[in-house]
Amino acid sequence: MEERTPDKTIKPPTDSKNILQWLKANLFNTWYNALLTLLAVVFLYIAFKGILSWAFTEANWNVIPANLQIFLVGAYPREEIWRVWIVIYTLALLLGLSAGVWGGLTLRLAIVIGGVGGGMGIILAFFPIALSNRFGLLGGVTLLVVAFFLIRGKIGLRPWVLGGWLLSFPWTMIWLHGFAGLPTVLTSSWGGLLLTLILAAVGIVVSFPLGVLLALGRRSTLPVIKWVSTAYIETVRGVPLVTILFMAQIMVPIFLPDFRIDKILRAMLGITLFSAAYMAENVRGGLQAIPTGQYEAAHAVGLNYPLTMLLVVLPQALRSVIPAIVGQFISLFKDTSLVTVIGLLDLLGIAKTVIANPDWLGLQAEVYLFAAIIYFVFSYSMSYISLRIEDALGVQ
Amino acid sequence: MENNSPKSPAGKIPFWRDVRVLQVLFQVIFLIGVVLLAGILYTNMLRGLRGLGLTLNLNFLNDEAGFGIAEGIAYEPSDTYLRAFWVGVINTIRVSVIGIACATILGLVVGIARLSSNWLVRNLAAIYIECFRNIPLLLQILFWYTAVILQLPSVRKSFTFFGSVFINQRGVYLPSPQPTSGVKIWFAYLAVGSILALILYLVRLRELRQMEQPGFPAKWALPAFLVVALVGWFAIPGRPFTLELPALKGFNFAGGIYLSPEFCALVIGLVMYTGAFIAEVVRSGIQSVAKGQREAAKAIGLNEFQTLRLIVLPQALRVIAPPLTSQYLNLTKNSSLAVAIGFPDLFNIGNTMMNQTGQSIPVFGMIMISYLTISLTTSAYMNWYNRRINRIGR
Repeated sequence: MEERTPDKTIKPPTDSKNILQWLKANLFNTWYNALLTLLAVVFLYIAFKGILSWAFTEANWNVIPANLQIFLVGAYPREEIWRVWIVIYTLALLLGLSAGVWGGLTLRLAIVIGGVGGGMGIILAFFPIALSNRFGLLGGVTLLVVAFFLIRGKIGLRPWVLGGWLLSFPWTMIWLHGFAGLPTVLTSSWGGLLLTLILAAVGIVVSFPLGVLLALGRRSTLPVIKWVSTAYIETVRGVPLVTILFMAQIMVPIFLPDFRIDKILRAMLGITLFSAAYMAENVRGGLQAIPTGQYEAAHAVGLNYPLTMLLVVLPQALRSVIPAIVGQFISLFKDTSLVTVIGLLDLLGIAKTVIANPDWLGLQAEVYLFAAIIYFVFSYSMSYISLRIEDALGVQ
Repeated sequence: MENNSPKSPAGKIPFWRDVRVLQVLFQVIFLIGVVLLAGILYTNMLRGLRGLGLTLNLNFLNDEAGFGIAEGIAYEPSDTYLRAFWVGVINTIRVSVIGIACATILGLVVGIARLSSNWLVRNLAAIYIECFRNIPLLLQILFWYTAVILQLPSVRKSFTFFGSVFINQRGVYLPSPQPTSGVKIWFAYLAVGSILALILYLVRLRELRQMEQPGFPAKWALPAFLVVALVGWFAIPGRPFTLELPALKGFNFAGGIYLSPEFCALVIGLVMYTGAFIAEVVRSGIQSVAKGQREAAKAIGLNEFQTLRLIVLPQALRVIAPPLTSQYLNLTKNSSLAVAIGFPDLFNIGNTMMNQTGQSIPVFGMIMISYLTISLTTSAYMNWYNRRINRIGR
């Protein structure tokens, strides 16, 4: 057999290079690239050596598992945490169902979220962490997968799933806050990652209709409406979010003395009003991309202004600004950390309180790094999703 | 269409179907709504203020502030509130200008590195961008402040560079140039050099125009100016400037330029965060220049540097300028995060003023007007710049 081996045949040329060729082509192709490579290697060596020796010898990571619960939900009462799980399961179920009925992009989205959730679930399940529900996250991912396979391809159910998403927001709020029979958990004890996510979600969801109205107002031919909208948008975009958050904290009790609005609601108000101006600019970008012919055609078939907007312009415009809105959601997710400055206990606020705890003094680096990793995982996976959406919609 | 024409044969249209009347009516109703809302809020406010025993006026600005400000232009606690606020405005501008300059350089370098043919450099740049873009700025500033700068060695164990730069937990101490008596003579040298450079620049420009060739018009002017400046520097006995080195006196350093830990943390945080965004802006700008442009430049015989300067950068700049403007504005607005680490910027000082006087509404007005002025000035300048670079070659 061995004599028959056709070792004389010449193999077709391949694109793949061996390691040395690859190194030469990618790292040492010119003298300055060789120099840069050497500098980069030295830098990497020093950085890795420093970081690894700190992380494995000096750092005290016990602070993370010991405080994991408050990092995630803040002061949310321990015996009520199952309500947070209900919300997570609802969202997992909805995501699984959506992946089933829509497939395609939604499916890929669900895979990314399920993957990230599953990864975190495995970490939670197999590390010695004092949590009330160590397998909860894996359960959520299982629910997602089961829901997907149960409903796969049943296109007729799309409106129901969409309705489910619309209801999921009030549903979440009702469960977290409590209703008939359930003890009320005041918003003041919401905290940690839960609060961060809720603030960002409220900011985007509530600011969306406001933003659409402002964008239409700014594009309006009626001068008064145009001026008022433009003035609002430009003023809000010209000042920092911190200013608006402080204003909401201080001004709301002055302007509305008859209502008792708690700190978190005031922060939500500030974030929403801030976000609406940016949302308006995103939507305006979409509106400007609609060709004039669309307006004229709508006019020609006899639609009035509201119908033209609702039936012809907005469906097209909003579709093209989805990536921009996801981008806005990412930056809002990061910006919610500013509520720390007004004393709310979001993820960063919790990190600050843990650092100030006398039991864990001097662990700033560990705690901040942990918070940074959580922010990074969320933010990075969302930007990945946003890239996928852009590809799928074929915009930009 | 009959509805819209005023002289339709069917007679006058009822006013509730006349679009023009409806438009005016709608705007009037909208305006009344806005005014009504503002009115309700205003009366509520007056009621609230009366409850607090405050009146709405700006007289408090002339009162003595009474609080200290750690850094900035000359200020005493006995100065007025107006002066204190002005110190904050200057501090905000200082942080923003330094931050913008450093972030631009960092972003430019990283953006170009992101397109490098070197695999390691390219990926290091990508890792930097993704890490710093996806972590909230406030978290980064707090990290730099509490986990890095405040953990540096004490004053006596400072990191020392060249015996003139000292870094410790109280901040950074740099040598500062001090003018000597010879500085006026040196400025005279510089003036002569500038005139010489201007003449050479114009001569070279005319020559290039006549030759109808691309070239670097300051090719002679720049070296000439440098030579005159250098000759002047060494010709003056005792040099025009001497360096004042920070020196350990008692428990702290004295002399030189002092940068506080708050200032350093804020600037480092802003620069690292915004730099990542600017790098992406630069990368997409350079990538937006069509490949054919480079090839065409090569074909007509431009060298690498000329291609970059005359072909790629002018076209890339048009794409880069608008998003760069918004990054600059973001940096300026984000400098308000100073309040989290106690750097006395305009928002932080405004906040102190509000706490001391209770005049939150006028102070908020001042803060917002200041930010809007800075934002509008920056965007006006960048819009002018944008128009200027867009005009070239079109």
